Amino acid sequence: MSVLAIVAAVAAGVLLGAGAGYWLPPHGRLAARNRPRPVRRILLPFTGEEISSRSFEAAVRLARAENAIIMPAFLARVPMNLPLETALPVQCARGMPLLEAVEQSASAQGIAVDSRVGRGRSARDALRNLLEHEHFDRIIVSADENPRVGLSYDDMRWLLDRVPAEILILRPAPDDTRRISVHSVSGHF
Amino acid sequence: MSSEGDRLSPPAATAQAAQRRGRLKVFLGMAAGVGKTYRMLLEGHAELQAGRDTVIGLLESHGRAETAGLAEGLPMVPRRRVSYREAVLEEMDLPAVLARRPELCLIDELAHTNVPGVEHAKRYEDVEEILEAGIDVLSTLNIQHLESLNDHVTELSGIRVRETIPDAILARAEEVVLIDLTPEALLDRLRAGKVYPPGRIDAALNNFFRIENLAALREVALRQVAEEVGAKRLTTELVGAREESLAAHAPQAVSERLLALVKPDPTSQRLVRRAWRSAQRLGAELDLLWVRAPGRHLSDDEQRSLSALRQLASILGAKMLEEESDDLPAAVVDVASRRGSTYILIGHSRPVRGLARLRGPLPQRLMARLPGVDVRIVADRSGRSRGDVP
Repeated sequence: MSVLAIVAAVAAGVLLGAGAGYWLPPHGRLAARNRPRPVRRILLPFTGEEISSRSFEAAVRLARAENAIIMPAFLARVPMNLPLETALPVQCARGMPLLEAVEQSASAQGIAVDSRVGRGRSARDALRNLLEHEHFDRIIVSADENPRVGLSYDDMRWLLDRVPAEILILRPAPDDTRRISVHSVSGHF
Repeated sequence: MSSEGDRLSPPAATAQAAQRRGRLKVFLGMAAGVGKTYRMLLEGHAELQAGRDTVIGLLESHGRAETAGLAEGLPMVPRRRVSYREAVLEEMDLPAVLARRPELCLIDELAHTNVPGVEHAKRYEDVEEILEAGIDVLSTLNIQHLESLNDHVTELSGIRVRETIPDAILARAEEVVLIDLTPEALLDRLRAGKVYPPGRIDAALNNFFRIENLAALREVALRQVAEEVGAKRLTTELVGAREESLAAHAPQAVSERLLALVKPDPTSQRLVRRAWRSAQRLGAELDLLWVRAPGRHLSDDEQRSLSALRQLASILGAKMLEEESDDLPAAVVDVASRRGSTYILIGHSRPVRGLARLRGPLPQRLMARLPGVDVRIVADRSGRSRGDVP
Protein backbone atom coordinates (compact mmCIF):
# COMPACT_ATOMS: atom_id res chain seq x y z
CA MET A 1 0.00 0.00 0.00
CA SER A 2 1.65 3.13 -1.15
CA VAL A 3 1.64 6.45 0.61
CA LEU A 4 -0.31 7.81 -2.33
CA ALA A 5 -3.15 5.38 -1.70
CA ILE A 6 -3.29 6.34 1.96
CA VAL A 7 -3.40 10.02 1.08
CA ALA A 8 -6.14 9.36 -1.46
CA ALA A 9 -8.17 7.41 1.09
CA VAL A 10 -7.79 10.17 3.68
CA ALA A 11 -8.75 12.82 1.11
CA ALA A 12 -11.80 10.82 0.09
CA GLY A 13 -12.80 10.55 3.74
CA VAL A 14 -12.41 14.27 4.26
CA LEU A 15 -14.47 15.02 1.16
CA LEU A 16 -17.16 12.59 2.26
CA GLY A 17 -17.27 14.18 5.71
CA ALA A 18 -17.44 17.69 4.26
CA GLY A 19 -20.22 16.65 1.93
CA ALA A 20 -22.16 15.11 4.75
CA GLY A 21 -21.62 18.24 6.84
CA TYR A 22 -22.93 20.34 4.01
CA TRP A 23 -25.99 18.33 3.20
CA LEU A 24 -26.99 16.87 6.51
CA PRO A 25 -28.77 19.13 8.95
CA PRO A 26 -27.07 20.08 12.19
CA HIS A 27 -30.32 19.55 14.07
CA GLY A 28 -32.55 17.23 12.13
CA ARG A 29 -33.32 19.29 9.04
CA LEU A 30 -34.42 16.25 7.11
CA ALA A 31 -36.86 15.31 9.79
CA ALA A 32 -38.32 18.80 9.66
CA ARG A 33 -38.50 18.69 5.88
CA ASN A 34 -40.36 15.40 5.94
CA ARG A 35 -42.76 16.54 8.60
CA PRO A 36 -46.21 17.09 7.11
CA ARG A 37 -47.03 20.78 6.95
CA PRO A 38 -50.10 22.00 8.80
CA VAL A 39 -52.81 22.94 6.38
CA ARG A 40 -55.82 23.89 8.40
CA ARG A 41 -56.23 27.15 10.24
CA ILE A 42 -58.22 27.50 13.44
CA LEU A 43 -59.09 31.03 14.47
CA LEU A 44 -59.42 31.75 18.17
CA PRO A 45 -60.61 35.36 18.45
CA PHE A 46 -60.67 37.28 21.71
CA THR A 47 -61.40 40.82 22.73
CA GLY A 48 -60.38 41.16 26.32
CA GLU A 49 -57.93 39.92 28.85
CA GLU A 50 -58.99 36.29 28.98
CA ILE A 51 -59.86 33.31 26.82
CA SER A 52 -62.08 30.52 28.06
CA SER A 53 -59.99 27.48 28.80
CA ARG A 54 -62.60 25.25 27.16
CA SER A 55 -62.25 27.15 23.90
CA PHE A 56 -58.50 27.00 24.05
CA GLU A 57 -58.43 23.29 24.89
CA ALA A 58 -60.87 22.55 22.08
CA ALA A 59 -58.66 24.45 19.68
CA VAL A 60 -55.63 22.47 20.84
CA ARG A 61 -57.44 19.12 20.49
CA LEU A 62 -58.65 19.94 17.00
CA ALA A 63 -55.31 21.31 15.94
CA ARG A 64 -53.57 18.16 17.10
CA ALA A 65 -56.10 15.89 15.40
CA GLU A 66 -56.05 17.81 12.13
CA ASN A 67 -52.45 18.96 12.16
CA ALA A 68 -53.74 22.50 12.09
CA ILE A 69 -52.40 25.87 13.12
CA ILE A 70 -54.07 27.77 15.93
CA MET A 71 -54.45 31.43 15.10
CA PRO A 72 -55.29 33.45 18.19
CA ALA A 73 -56.54 36.87 17.13
CA PHE A 74 -56.74 39.94 19.31
CA LEU A 75 -59.65 42.12 18.23
CA ALA A 76 -59.05 45.75 19.18
CA ARG A 77 -61.78 48.37 19.22
CA VAL A 78 -60.86 51.77 17.84
CA PRO A 79 -62.82 54.59 19.52
CA MET A 80 -64.93 56.63 17.14
CA ASN A 81 -62.96 59.79 17.83
CA LEU A 82 -59.70 58.25 16.61
CA PRO A 83 -58.61 57.33 13.07
CA LEU A 84 -59.04 53.66 12.24
CA GLU A 85 -55.31 53.27 11.60
CA THR A 86 -54.30 54.71 14.95
CA ALA A 87 -51.95 52.85 17.28
CA LEU A 88 -53.66 51.37 20.33
CA PRO A 89 -50.98 50.91 22.98
CA VAL A 90 -53.34 50.70 25.94
CA GLN A 91 -55.40 47.88 24.44
CA CYS A 92 -52.25 46.21 23.19
CA ALA A 93 -50.87 46.23 26.72
CA ARG A 94 -53.70 43.80 27.52
CA GLY A 95 -53.84 41.90 24.26
CA MET A 96 -50.18 41.21 23.59
CA PRO A 97 -49.51 39.34 26.85
CA LEU A 98 -52.58 37.20 26.19
CA LEU A 99 -51.32 36.35 22.71
CA GLU A 100 -48.04 35.44 24.36
CA ALA A 101 -49.82 33.26 26.93
CA VAL A 102 -51.77 31.43 24.23
CA GLU A 103 -48.65 30.91 22.14
CA GLN A 104 -46.66 29.63 25.10
CA SER A 105 -49.38 27.24 26.15
CA ALA A 106 -50.04 25.90 22.66
CA SER A 107 -46.35 25.60 21.81
CA ALA A 108 -45.75 23.68 25.00
CA GLN A 109 -48.27 21.14 23.68
CA GLY A 110 -46.58 20.95 20.30
CA ILE A 111 -49.15 22.99 18.41
CA ALA A 112 -48.09 25.58 15.84
CA VAL A 113 -49.36 29.10 16.43
CA ASP A 114 -49.63 32.08 14.10
CA SER A 115 -51.05 35.13 15.85
CA ARG A 116 -53.11 37.91 14.36
CA VAL A 117 -54.45 41.27 15.39
CA GLY A 118 -57.56 42.87 13.94
CA ARG A 119 -59.10 46.23 14.60
CA GLY A 120 -62.35 47.95 13.90
CA ARG A 121 -64.99 50.15 15.44
CA SER A 122 -66.36 47.10 17.27
CA ALA A 123 -65.25 43.54 17.88
CA ARG A 124 -67.42 42.40 14.99
CA ASP A 125 -66.00 45.06 12.71
CA ALA A 126 -62.48 43.97 13.67
CA LEU A 127 -63.38 40.34 12.99
CA ARG A 128 -64.94 41.26 9.65
CA ASN A 129 -61.78 43.10 8.63
CA LEU A 130 -59.70 40.11 9.58
CA LEU A 131 -61.92 37.65 7.72
CA GLU A 132 -61.86 39.81 4.60
CA HIS A 133 -58.15 39.26 4.23
CA GLU A 134 -57.63 35.75 5.50
CA HIS A 135 -59.28 32.38 5.23
CA PHE A 136 -59.85 30.21 8.27
CA ASP A 137 -61.15 26.65 8.28
CA ARG A 138 -62.58 26.81 11.76
CA ILE A 139 -63.48 29.55 14.19
CA ILE A 140 -63.83 28.71 17.86
CA VAL A 141 -65.66 31.09 20.15
CA SER A 142 -67.00 30.82 23.64
CA ALA A 143 -70.70 31.44 24.21
CA ASP A 144 -69.94 33.69 27.08
CA GLU A 145 -71.32 37.16 26.81
CA ASN A 146 -68.78 38.49 29.23
CA PRO A 147 -67.08 41.27 27.24
CA ARG A 148 -63.87 40.46 29.05
CA VAL A 149 -63.86 37.06 27.37
CA GLY A 150 -65.41 37.00 23.95
CA LEU A 151 -68.01 38.01 21.43
CA SER A 152 -71.64 38.94 22.06
CA TYR A 153 -74.55 36.69 21.05
CA ASP A 154 -75.27 39.10 18.19
CA ASP A 155 -71.72 38.70 16.99
CA MET A 156 -72.09 34.93 17.05
CA ARG A 157 -75.29 35.07 15.04
CA TRP A 158 -73.49 37.26 12.53
CA LEU A 159 -70.65 34.74 12.40
CA LEU A 160 -73.03 31.85 11.73
CA ASP A 161 -74.87 33.79 9.04
CA ARG A 162 -72.02 35.36 7.16
CA VAL A 163 -68.74 33.54 7.59
CA PRO A 164 -67.90 30.61 5.29
CA ALA A 165 -66.08 28.56 7.88
CA GLU A 166 -66.96 25.95 10.46
CA ILE A 167 -68.01 27.84 13.56
CA LEU A 168 -67.58 26.06 16.86
CA ILE A 169 -69.42 27.80 19.67
CA LEU A 170 -68.66 26.35 23.06
CA ARG A 171 -71.02 26.75 25.94
CA PRO A 172 -69.05 27.22 29.13
CA ALA A 173 -69.75 24.73 31.85
CA PRO A 174 -71.32 26.53 34.81
CA ASP A 175 -68.63 25.34 37.15
CA ASP A 176 -65.80 26.01 34.71
CA THR A 177 -64.21 29.32 35.51
CA ARG A 178 -60.81 28.48 34.14
CA ARG A 179 -59.32 31.05 31.84
CA ILE A 180 -56.19 31.64 29.87
CA SER A 181 -55.23 35.15 30.92
CA VAL A 182 -52.28 37.50 30.90
CA HIS A 183 -51.29 35.96 34.21
CA SER A 184 -50.63 32.71 32.39
CA VAL A 185 -47.54 34.16 30.74
CA SER A 186 -44.54 32.36 32.10
CA GLY A 187 -41.15 33.99 32.43
CA HIS A 188 -40.16 37.41 31.24
CA PHE A 189 -42.37 39.12 28.70
CA MET B 1 -20.49 98.75 33.94
CA SER B 2 -22.91 98.65 36.78
CA SER B 3 -22.57 100.82 39.78
CA GLU B 4 -21.48 99.45 43.07
CA GLY B 5 -24.73 100.75 44.46
CA ASP B 6 -26.62 97.93 42.75
CA ARG B 7 -24.83 95.35 44.80
CA LEU B 8 -25.90 93.92 48.11
CA SER B 9 -23.76 95.06 50.99
CA PRO B 10 -21.15 92.37 51.82
CA PRO B 11 -22.78 91.25 55.08
CA ALA B 12 -26.18 90.93 53.41
CA ALA B 13 -24.71 89.04 50.48
CA THR B 14 -22.82 86.75 52.84
CA ALA B 15 -25.95 86.00 54.83
CA GLN B 16 -27.91 85.27 51.68
CA ALA B 17 -25.16 83.06 50.29
CA ALA B 18 -25.01 81.09 53.50
CA GLN B 19 -28.65 80.21 53.07
CA ARG B 20 -28.43 78.47 49.76
CA ARG B 21 -26.22 77.08 47.05
CA GLY B 22 -26.21 79.01 43.81
CA ARG B 23 -28.27 77.91 40.82
CA LEU B 24 -26.59 76.69 37.65
CA LYS B 25 -28.08 77.29 34.24
CA VAL B 26 -26.30 75.75 31.26
CA PHE B 27 -26.75 76.74 27.64
CA LEU B 28 -26.11 73.58 25.68
CA GLY B 29 -25.33 73.43 21.98
CA MET B 30 -24.31 70.95 19.30
CA ALA B 31 -21.18 72.90 18.30
CA ALA B 32 -19.40 76.22 18.48
CA GLY B 33 -21.22 79.06 16.80
CA VAL B 34 -24.83 78.12 17.54
CA GLY B 35 -25.26 81.12 19.83
CA LYS B 36 -24.78 79.80 23.37
CA THR B 37 -22.58 82.67 24.55
CA TYR B 38 -24.78 85.19 22.80
CA ARG B 39 -27.85 83.85 24.58
CA MET B 40 -26.01 83.79 27.90
CA LEU B 41 -25.08 87.44 27.50
CA LEU B 42 -28.65 88.36 26.58
CA GLU B 43 -29.87 86.75 29.80
CA GLY B 44 -27.12 88.49 31.71
CA HIS B 45 -28.34 91.85 30.43
CA ALA B 46 -31.93 90.99 31.32
CA GLU B 47 -30.91 90.04 34.85
CA LEU B 48 -28.84 93.21 35.20
CA GLN B 49 -31.75 95.34 34.07
CA ALA B 50 -33.97 93.51 36.52
CA GLY B 51 -31.71 94.77 39.29
CA ARG B 52 -29.55 91.73 39.98
CA ASP B 53 -25.86 92.13 40.59
CA THR B 54 -24.52 90.44 37.47
CA VAL B 55 -20.93 90.12 36.32
CA ILE B 56 -19.02 88.30 33.61
CA GLY B 57 -16.57 85.92 35.28
CA LEU B 58 -15.13 84.79 31.99
CA LEU B 59 -16.05 85.38 28.38
CA GLU B 60 -14.58 83.66 25.32
CA SER B 61 -15.68 85.80 22.42
CA HIS B 62 -13.34 84.00 19.96
CA GLY B 63 -12.95 87.32 18.20
CA ARG B 64 -16.64 87.47 17.27
CA ALA B 65 -17.68 91.08 17.00
CA GLU B 66 -21.33 90.35 17.75
CA THR B 67 -20.42 88.59 20.99
CA ALA B 68 -17.91 91.20 22.10
CA GLY B 69 -20.42 93.94 21.35
CA LEU B 70 -23.10 92.28 23.43
CA ALA B 71 -20.75 92.02 26.39
CA GLU B 72 -20.53 95.79 26.59
CA GLY B 73 -22.48 97.14 29.51
CA LEU B 74 -22.01 94.05 31.64
CA PRO B 75 -19.46 94.35 34.46
CA MET B 76 -16.54 92.01 34.02
CA VAL B 77 -14.09 90.56 36.50
CA PRO B 78 -10.69 90.97 34.84
CA ARG B 79 -8.84 87.80 33.95
CA ARG B 80 -5.68 86.92 35.77
CA ARG B 81 -2.42 86.14 34.04
CA VAL B 82 -0.80 82.82 34.77
CA SER B 83 2.72 81.85 33.74
CA TYR B 84 3.13 78.38 32.35
CA ARG B 85 6.21 76.98 30.55
CA GLU B 86 7.59 80.37 29.70
CA ALA B 87 4.23 81.55 28.40
CA VAL B 88 1.77 83.86 30.04
CA LEU B 89 -1.83 82.69 29.73
CA GLU B 90 -5.11 84.16 30.91
CA GLU B 91 -7.62 82.40 33.12
CA MET B 92 -10.71 83.27 35.08
CA ASP B 93 -9.79 84.91 38.35
CA LEU B 94 -11.65 82.67 40.78
CA PRO B 95 -10.53 84.45 43.96
CA ALA B 96 -11.59 87.77 42.48
CA VAL B 97 -15.04 86.42 41.57
CA LEU B 98 -15.50 85.01 45.07
CA ALA B 99 -14.33 88.27 46.64
CA ARG B 100 -16.66 90.26 44.37
CA ARG B 101 -19.63 88.07 45.43
CA PRO B 102 -22.09 88.97 42.68
CA GLU B 103 -25.57 87.48 42.66
CA LEU B 104 -25.07 86.10 39.18
CA CYS B 105 -21.86 85.26 37.34
CA LEU B 106 -21.55 84.47 33.63
CA ILE B 107 -18.83 81.90 32.94
CA ASP B 108 -18.26 80.73 29.40
CA GLU B 109 -17.04 77.26 28.34
CA LEU B 110 -17.78 75.02 31.29
CA ALA B 111 -15.58 72.19 29.98
CA HIS B 112 -12.42 74.29 29.73
CA THR B 113 -9.20 72.91 31.25
CA ASN B 114 -7.35 75.44 33.38
CA VAL B 115 -3.69 76.19 33.14
CA PRO B 116 -1.79 74.19 35.79
CA GLY B 117 -1.06 76.18 38.87
CA VAL B 118 -4.47 77.69 39.56
CA GLU B 119 -6.94 76.44 42.17
CA HIS B 120 -8.61 73.75 40.08
CA ALA B 121 -7.71 71.71 37.05
CA LYS B 122 -11.09 72.25 35.37
CA ARG B 123 -13.37 75.23 35.02
CA TYR B 124 -16.41 73.27 36.16
CA GLU B 125 -14.62 72.85 39.49
CA ASP B 126 -14.25 76.63 39.69
CA VAL B 127 -17.96 76.88 38.96
CA GLU B 128 -18.73 74.37 41.72
CA GLU B 129 -16.88 76.54 44.20
CA ILE B 130 -18.73 79.63 43.02
CA LEU B 131 -22.05 77.83 43.35
CA GLU B 132 -21.12 76.69 46.85
CA ALA B 133 -20.55 80.35 47.70
CA GLY B 134 -24.21 80.96 46.89
CA ILE B 135 -23.60 82.69 43.57
CA ASP B 136 -25.82 81.80 40.64
CA VAL B 137 -23.99 80.87 37.42
CA LEU B 138 -24.86 80.96 33.75
CA SER B 139 -22.53 78.84 31.65
CA THR B 140 -22.16 77.28 28.21
CA LEU B 141 -21.32 73.77 27.02
CA ASN B 142 -21.07 71.88 23.77
CA ILE B 143 -22.61 68.44 23.76
CA GLN B 144 -19.41 66.67 22.70
CA HIS B 145 -17.77 67.63 25.99
CA LEU B 146 -20.17 65.53 28.03
CA GLU B 147 -18.22 62.54 29.35
CA SER B 148 -20.80 59.83 28.63
CA LEU B 149 -21.26 61.01 25.07
CA ASN B 150 -17.61 61.39 24.27
CA ASP B 151 -17.20 57.96 22.65
CA HIS B 152 -20.46 58.28 20.79
CA VAL B 153 -19.52 61.69 19.44
CA THR B 154 -16.12 60.38 18.41
CA GLU B 155 -17.81 57.60 16.44
CA LEU B 156 -20.11 60.09 14.79
CA SER B 157 -17.61 62.78 13.98
CA GLY B 158 -14.29 60.94 13.93
CA ILE B 159 -12.86 63.59 16.22
CA ARG B 160 -11.94 62.87 19.83
CA VAL B 161 -12.71 65.73 22.18
CA ARG B 162 -10.19 65.87 25.02
CA GLU B 163 -11.94 68.27 27.35
CA THR B 164 -14.84 66.53 29.06
CA ILE B 165 -17.01 67.14 32.09
CA PRO B 166 -18.80 64.55 34.24
CA ASP B 167 -22.48 64.10 33.41
CA ALA B 168 -23.28 64.76 37.06
CA ILE B 169 -22.41 68.43 36.61
CA LEU B 170 -25.07 68.81 33.94
CA ALA B 171 -27.50 66.65 35.91
CA ARG B 172 -27.14 68.97 38.92
CA ALA B 173 -27.85 72.07 36.84
CA GLU B 174 -31.18 73.60 37.71
CA GLU B 175 -31.79 74.49 34.09
CA VAL B 176 -30.41 73.19 30.81
CA VAL B 177 -31.36 75.24 27.79
CA LEU B 178 -30.73 73.82 24.34
CA ILE B 179 -29.56 76.42 21.85
CA ASP B 180 -30.67 74.84 18.63
CA LEU B 181 -29.75 75.77 15.11
CA THR B 182 -30.12 73.77 11.93
CA PRO B 183 -26.84 72.47 10.48
CA GLU B 184 -27.46 74.48 7.33
CA ALA B 185 -27.87 77.72 9.27
CA LEU B 186 -24.74 77.03 11.30
CA LEU B 187 -22.74 76.40 8.14
CA ASP B 188 -24.03 79.68 6.72
CA ARG B 189 -22.83 81.45 9.87
CA LEU B 190 -19.48 79.73 9.58
CA ARG B 191 -19.03 80.70 5.93
CA ALA B 192 -20.01 84.28 6.77
CA GLY B 193 -17.15 84.46 9.26
CA LYS B 194 -19.42 84.72 12.26
CA VAL B 195 -17.95 81.68 14.02
CA TYR B 196 -14.23 81.61 13.22
CA PRO B 197 -11.84 84.12 11.66
CA PRO B 198 -11.42 83.74 7.85
CA GLY B 199 -8.18 81.78 8.14
CA ARG B 200 -9.86 78.94 10.04
CA ILE B 201 -13.05 78.59 8.01
CA ASP B 202 -11.82 76.14 5.39
CA ALA B 203 -10.21 73.86 7.95
CA ALA B 204 -13.39 73.86 10.03
CA LEU B 205 -15.57 73.05 7.01
CA ASN B 206 -13.34 70.15 6.06
CA ASN B 207 -13.14 68.67 9.53
CA PHE B 208 -15.68 69.08 12.28
CA PHE B 209 -18.24 71.27 10.55
CA ARG B 210 -19.49 68.73 8.04
CA ILE B 211 -23.23 68.65 7.65
CA GLU B 212 -23.51 64.97 8.58
CA ASN B 213 -21.48 65.62 11.76
CA LEU B 214 -23.63 68.55 12.70
CA ALA B 215 -26.87 66.68 12.03
CA ALA B 216 -25.72 63.79 14.23
CA LEU B 217 -24.53 66.12 16.99
CA ARG B 218 -27.78 68.02 16.84
CA GLU B 219 -29.68 64.79 17.34
CA VAL B 220 -27.46 63.87 20.29
CA ALA B 221 -28.02 67.28 21.85
CA LEU B 222 -31.77 67.06 21.40
CA ARG B 223 -31.82 63.57 22.93
CA GLN B 224 -29.69 64.70 25.84
CA VAL B 225 -32.00 67.56 26.69
CA ALA B 226 -35.03 65.28 26.27
CA GLU B 227 -33.48 62.91 28.79
CA GLU B 228 -32.77 65.78 31.16
CA VAL B 229 -36.40 66.83 30.90
CA GLY B 230 -37.50 63.24 31.48
CA ALA B 231 -35.26 62.88 34.52
CA LYS B 232 -36.51 66.13 36.00
CA ARG B 233 -40.07 65.07 35.33
CA LEU B 234 -39.50 61.83 37.21
CA THR B 235 -38.08 63.82 40.11
CA THR B 236 -41.13 66.02 40.06
CA GLU B 237 -43.31 62.94 40.01
CA LEU B 238 -42.14 62.06 43.49
CA VAL B 239 -42.97 65.51 44.75
CA GLY B 240 -46.63 66.08 44.10
CA ALA B 241 -49.79 64.27 43.11
CA ARG B 242 -50.75 66.76 40.43
CA GLU B 243 -47.41 66.46 38.73
CA GLU B 244 -47.66 62.69 39.05
CA SER B 245 -50.90 62.76 37.16
CA LEU B 246 -49.38 65.00 34.49
CA ALA B 247 -46.34 62.76 34.17
CA ALA B 248 -48.47 59.66 33.83
CA HIS B 249 -50.31 61.14 30.90
CA ALA B 250 -47.41 62.85 29.21
CA PRO B 251 -45.76 61.11 26.26
CA GLN B 252 -42.37 59.61 26.93
CA ALA B 253 -39.28 61.39 25.64
CA VAL B 254 -37.33 59.52 23.02
CA SER B 255 -34.03 58.20 24.32
CA GLU B 256 -33.70 54.76 22.76
CA ARG B 257 -34.72 53.27 19.45
CA LEU B 258 -35.21 49.58 18.93
CA LEU B 259 -34.88 47.78 15.63
CA ALA B 260 -36.43 44.32 15.31
CA LEU B 261 -35.49 42.16 12.33
CA VAL B 262 -38.53 40.35 11.01
CA LYS B 263 -39.55 38.22 8.09
CA PRO B 264 -42.87 36.99 6.79
CA ASP B 265 -43.08 34.04 9.14
CA PRO B 266 -45.20 33.25 12.22
CA THR B 267 -42.11 33.36 14.47
CA SER B 268 -41.74 37.08 13.83
CA GLN B 269 -45.01 37.83 15.57
CA ARG B 270 -43.54 36.87 18.91
CA LEU B 271 -40.36 38.76 18.18
CA VAL B 272 -42.37 41.90 17.49
CA ARG B 273 -44.40 41.50 20.67
CA ARG B 274 -41.24 41.10 22.72
CA ALA B 275 -39.62 44.06 21.03
CA TRP B 276 -42.69 46.17 21.66
CA ARG B 277 -42.73 45.27 25.34
CA SER B 278 -39.07 46.23 25.63
CA ALA B 279 -39.74 49.47 23.80
CA GLN B 280 -42.58 50.23 26.20
CA ARG B 281 -40.34 49.70 29.19
CA LEU B 282 -37.61 51.90 27.75
CA GLY B 283 -39.97 54.58 26.51
CA ALA B 284 -38.39 53.93 23.12
CA GLU B 285 -39.47 54.00 19.51
CA LEU B 286 -39.71 50.69 17.69
CA ASP B 287 -38.81 49.99 14.07
CA LEU B 288 -39.36 46.67 12.32
CA LEU B 289 -37.13 45.77 9.42
CA TRP B 290 -37.62 43.11 6.78
CA VAL B 291 -34.74 42.68 4.36
CA ARG B 292 -36.06 41.10 1.21
CA ALA B 293 -33.74 39.38 -1.22
CA PRO B 294 -33.94 41.00 -4.67
CA GLY B 295 -36.48 39.29 -6.89
CA ARG B 296 -37.71 37.02 -4.13
CA HIS B 297 -41.22 35.72 -4.73
CA LEU B 298 -43.47 35.42 -1.70
CA SER B 299 -45.72 32.42 -1.23
CA ASP B 300 -49.35 32.92 -0.22
CA ASP B 301 -48.49 32.06 3.38
CA GLU B 302 -45.68 34.58 3.37
CA GLN B 303 -47.92 37.25 1.88
CA ARG B 304 -50.39 36.70 4.67
CA SER B 305 -47.66 36.75 7.30
CA LEU B 306 -46.29 39.99 5.90
CA SER B 307 -49.72 41.55 5.91
CA ALA B 308 -50.19 40.42 9.52
CA LEU B 309 -46.85 41.93 10.46
CA ARG B 310 -47.80 45.24 8.91
CA GLN B 311 -51.08 45.20 10.77
CA LEU B 312 -49.32 44.36 14.04
CA ALA B 313 -46.79 47.15 13.50
CA SER B 314 -49.56 49.63 12.82
CA ILE B 315 -51.60 48.75 15.90
CA LEU B 316 -48.51 48.81 18.12
CA GLY B 317 -47.34 52.15 16.75
CA ALA B 318 -44.14 50.66 15.31
CA LYS B 319 -42.70 51.62 11.96
CA MET B 320 -42.40 48.81 9.42
CA LEU B 321 -39.40 49.20 7.13
CA GLU B 322 -38.77 47.05 4.09
CA GLU B 323 -35.42 47.01 2.33
CA GLU B 324 -34.32 45.04 -0.71
CA SER B 325 -30.82 43.64 -0.40
CA ASP B 326 -28.96 40.37 -0.70
CA ASP B 327 -26.59 41.40 2.07
CA LEU B 328 -28.58 41.22 5.29
CA PRO B 329 -25.93 42.54 7.71
CA ALA B 330 -25.09 45.47 5.43
CA ALA B 331 -28.76 46.39 5.10
CA VAL B 332 -29.27 46.19 8.86
CA VAL B 333 -26.18 48.30 9.54
CA ASP B 334 -27.37 50.87 7.03
CA VAL B 335 -30.87 51.12 8.50
CA ALA B 336 -29.64 51.09 12.11
CA SER B 337 -27.25 53.94 11.33
CA ARG B 338 -29.88 55.97 9.55
CA ARG B 339 -32.50 55.45 12.23
CA GLY B 340 -30.14 55.86 15.18
CA SER B 341 -31.05 52.45 16.60
CA THR B 342 -29.66 51.64 20.03
CA TYR B 343 -30.92 48.04 20.27
CA ILE B 344 -31.31 45.36 17.64
CA LEU B 345 -33.55 42.39 18.31
CA ILE B 346 -33.28 39.28 16.20
CA GLY B 347 -34.89 35.87 16.25
CA HIS B 348 -33.32 32.49 16.68
CA SER B 349 -30.78 31.81 13.94
CA ARG B 350 -31.27 29.20 11.28
CA PRO B 351 -28.37 26.71 11.22
CA VAL B 352 -26.07 27.67 8.39
CA ARG B 353 -24.30 25.26 6.09
CA GLY B 354 -21.49 25.17 3.62
CA LEU B 355 -19.27 28.18 3.19
CA ALA B 356 -21.76 30.38 5.03
CA ARG B 357 -20.36 28.88 8.22
CA LEU B 358 -17.13 30.77 7.63
CA ARG B 359 -18.87 34.15 7.85
CA GLY B 360 -19.86 33.70 11.47
CA PRO B 361 -23.25 34.14 13.12
CA LEU B 362 -25.37 37.18 12.32
CA PRO B 363 -25.36 38.63 15.88
CA GLN B 364 -21.57 38.67 15.98
CA ARG B 365 -21.37 40.26 12.57
CA LEU B 366 -23.84 42.95 13.60
CA MET B 367 -22.02 43.66 16.84
CA ALA B 368 -18.74 43.97 14.99
CA ARG B 369 -20.21 46.45 12.53
CA LEU B 370 -22.37 48.40 14.97
CA PRO B 371 -20.22 49.19 18.01
CA GLY B 372 -22.26 50.59 20.83
CA VAL B 373 -25.51 49.00 19.65
CA ASP B 374 -26.89 46.18 21.80
CA VAL B 375 -27.95 43.03 19.98
CA ARG B 376 -30.54 40.83 21.64
CA ILE B 377 -31.64 37.38 20.51
CA VAL B 378 -35.25 36.57 21.24
CA ALA B 379 -35.81 32.89 21.95
CA ASP B 380 -38.21 30.93 19.79
CA ARG B 381 -40.69 29.16 22.02
CA SER B 382 -42.73 27.54 19.32
CA GLY B 383 -41.77 23.90 19.32
CA ARG B 384 -42.98 23.21 15.83
CA SER B 385 -41.93 26.33 14.01
CA ARG B 386 -38.70 26.47 12.13
CA GLY B 387 -37.50 29.58 14.00
CA ASP B 388 -35.20 31.34 11.60
CA VAL B 389 -33.55 34.66 11.56
CA PRO B 390 -35.08 36.81 8.89
